[in-house]
Amino acid sequence: MRSTVWLDIVIAAAAMAVLLLLPLVFPGKAFSDFMIRLSAFAIFATSLNLLVGYTGLVSFGHGLFYGLGAYSFALMMQKLGTSIPVAFIATVGVSAAVATVVGAICIRLKEIYFSFLTLAFQMLLHSVIIAWTPLTGGDQGLTGGVPRPPFLGIRLDDPQHLYIFCSAVLVVSLYIMWHLVRSPFGYTMRMIRDNPRRAEFLGVRVWRVRLLAFVVAGVFGSIGGLLMSLFVSSAYPDFAYWTVSGEAVFMILMGGISVFFGPLVGAVMLLLLNDVVTRVTEHYSLMLGIIILCFALGLRKGLLGFVLWAWERRRAGAQ
Amino acid sequence: MDPQALLTCLSTASCVITQTTGGLISGMLLFLVAAGLSLIFGTLKVVNFMHGSLYMLGAYFAYTLYTATGNFTIAVVGAALGVGLFGLVFERLFMSRVYNTDVLMQLLVCYGFILILDDAVKIIWGAEFLSMGMPAAFQRPPIMIAGGILPVYYLFLIGVTLGVALLLGLLLTRTRAGKIVRAAAVNPTMTSALGINTALVFGGVFALGGLLAGLSGALAAPVRSMVAGMGFSILIESFIVTVIGGMGSIGGALVGALLIGLVRSFGTIGFPLFTEGVMFLFMTLVLITKPSGLFGKEH
Repeated sequence: MRSTVWLDIVIAAAAMAVLLLLPLVFPGKAFSDFMIRLSAFAIFATSLNLLVGYTGLVSFGHGLFYGLGAYSFALMMQKLGTSIPVAFIATVGVSAAVATVVGAICIRLKEIYFSFLTLAFQMLLHSVIIAWTPLTGGDQGLTGGVPRPPFLGIRLDDPQHLYIFCSAVLVVSLYIMWHLVRSPFGYTMRMIRDNPRRAEFLGVRVWRVRLLAFVVAGVFGSIGGLLMSLFVSSAYPDFAYWTVSGEAVFMILMGGISVFFGPLVGAVMLLLLNDVVTRVTEHYSLMLGIIILCFALGLRKGLLGFVLWAWERRRAGAQ
Repeated sequence: MDPQALLTCLSTASCVITQTTGGLISGMLLFLVAAGLSLIFGTLKVVNFMHGSLYMLGAYFAYTLYTATGNFTIAVVGAALGVGLFGLVFERLFMSRVYNTDVLMQLLVCYGFILILDDAVKIIWGAEFLSMGMPAAFQRPPIMIAGGILPVYYLFLIGVTLGVALLLGLLLTRTRAGKIVRAAAVNPTMTSALGINTALVFGGVFALGGLLAGLSGALAAPVRSMVAGMGFSILIESFIVTVIGGMGSIGGALVGALLIGLVRSFGTIGFPLFTEGVMFLFMTLVLITKPSGLFGKEH
């Protein structure tokens, strides 16, 4: 166990090193912008998969935390003039508190009712953002920009620094979540997904595990939104709209729901698809719709899930 | 927020009547969509996330038929039947393939179709707002009640919808077909063991749900402007309605739809920015206190 921890840290450090070296291979703003958006969405989609893929809680309203993270961070920076680390930690605290309350209410419900209640909470936040114009700027979004004062020699208004910061947050977040799903707690999550009643009989407090999973997912979801608000230097009601949750669901399903890095791969795919298809054709939704149908009817394991499955089969066949 | 405006409106009869009639027809159109959604969920246990797109298709079909024939009856009946047929084909070719997977695959298939249909509508009918205009038969001065306005078409629409609601209720509770549908909803395996083709039942229910959504779109065509993506807001609202009324309950859908219609129409005066918020608040409260909906059966 101890040696795998070290191995994981080495792998994470190597991933970080690769991320730091990539701009040398792909210089230019387009690449670093892409990677910053990717880090926000990858963290967000992976956190949703903690619920959907690992705990069996199909949330339709995970965008609640994306919007909450973006708005609470941006508002704290704008109105209170705090430093970035303080606002970061406070955002995590706010999201954890909201996730505890919303989660405690939602996890009482089963299946589709859980999904609908999470969606309702997300749309409530969206409505509040639209209606509370004096604080949030309404449907125009926050105006005036998010100040990004330097801290510890890090200047996030410099695109290069922002790129490094987002890469680091991405690697650390994925590392923590990776450890979570490998821990006994992670195995309990999967046991509850596969058979909640049996877990209950074995003495697992099912609701407690579900709630904790909901809170952890909410916290990381809000970090995704926080990174996006840093990047666009604002926050928009769309961050809390259902489409954000929908995109995260597609990322999970495109990459592979049963693989930890599936959502990351899915995020790369969907963002690339967005950029490429909008450049090639004006019939973006037609193309995206057809691709989505192919995944839903043909490639149900997701791309990464399919590749791993094919690999396993080849290995089994060779033996 | 403008509670003062709402109070002023509530204290004048003309404003109350105008807003109520407006709210009633929104509610009626919503009911037709939500009833289909509820019926499909109650029987097939799948959520048809593309139900709003069927509403949109109904409106565009009616537009084309009306422009071609100039006959509103043909337009409405044709559009409803066309969308019903579309629903049947969609169910047989696509939706039936994901019945035994989890809800995310159903969501994915439906979302794929929402995107495809929105773009298809843009390609066929253009991206601009279209408006069909009021059919000649209804182009007459509105009925005035205490200074409030009640257009003749509204009366027609309310009448047709209530008729459909009644027929639907009778169909489900008083006929053999309705009995089969209810049996298939409770236990499809047992029903098929009794020699009933459940695939046909499921296809038929989906077609009926599509027909209702298409009818709603066609009836909305004279009073709503059409644009690709118009199905989305009615989809969200019909979700709220089915959750409030209870999934699978037609009566619940009617009550929920009227409630949401009135919230929308009075909300635009009193709290224009938070109308949607109030609807979601309703939905949240119902889900917390009685997840099966006001008229749904506990299970």
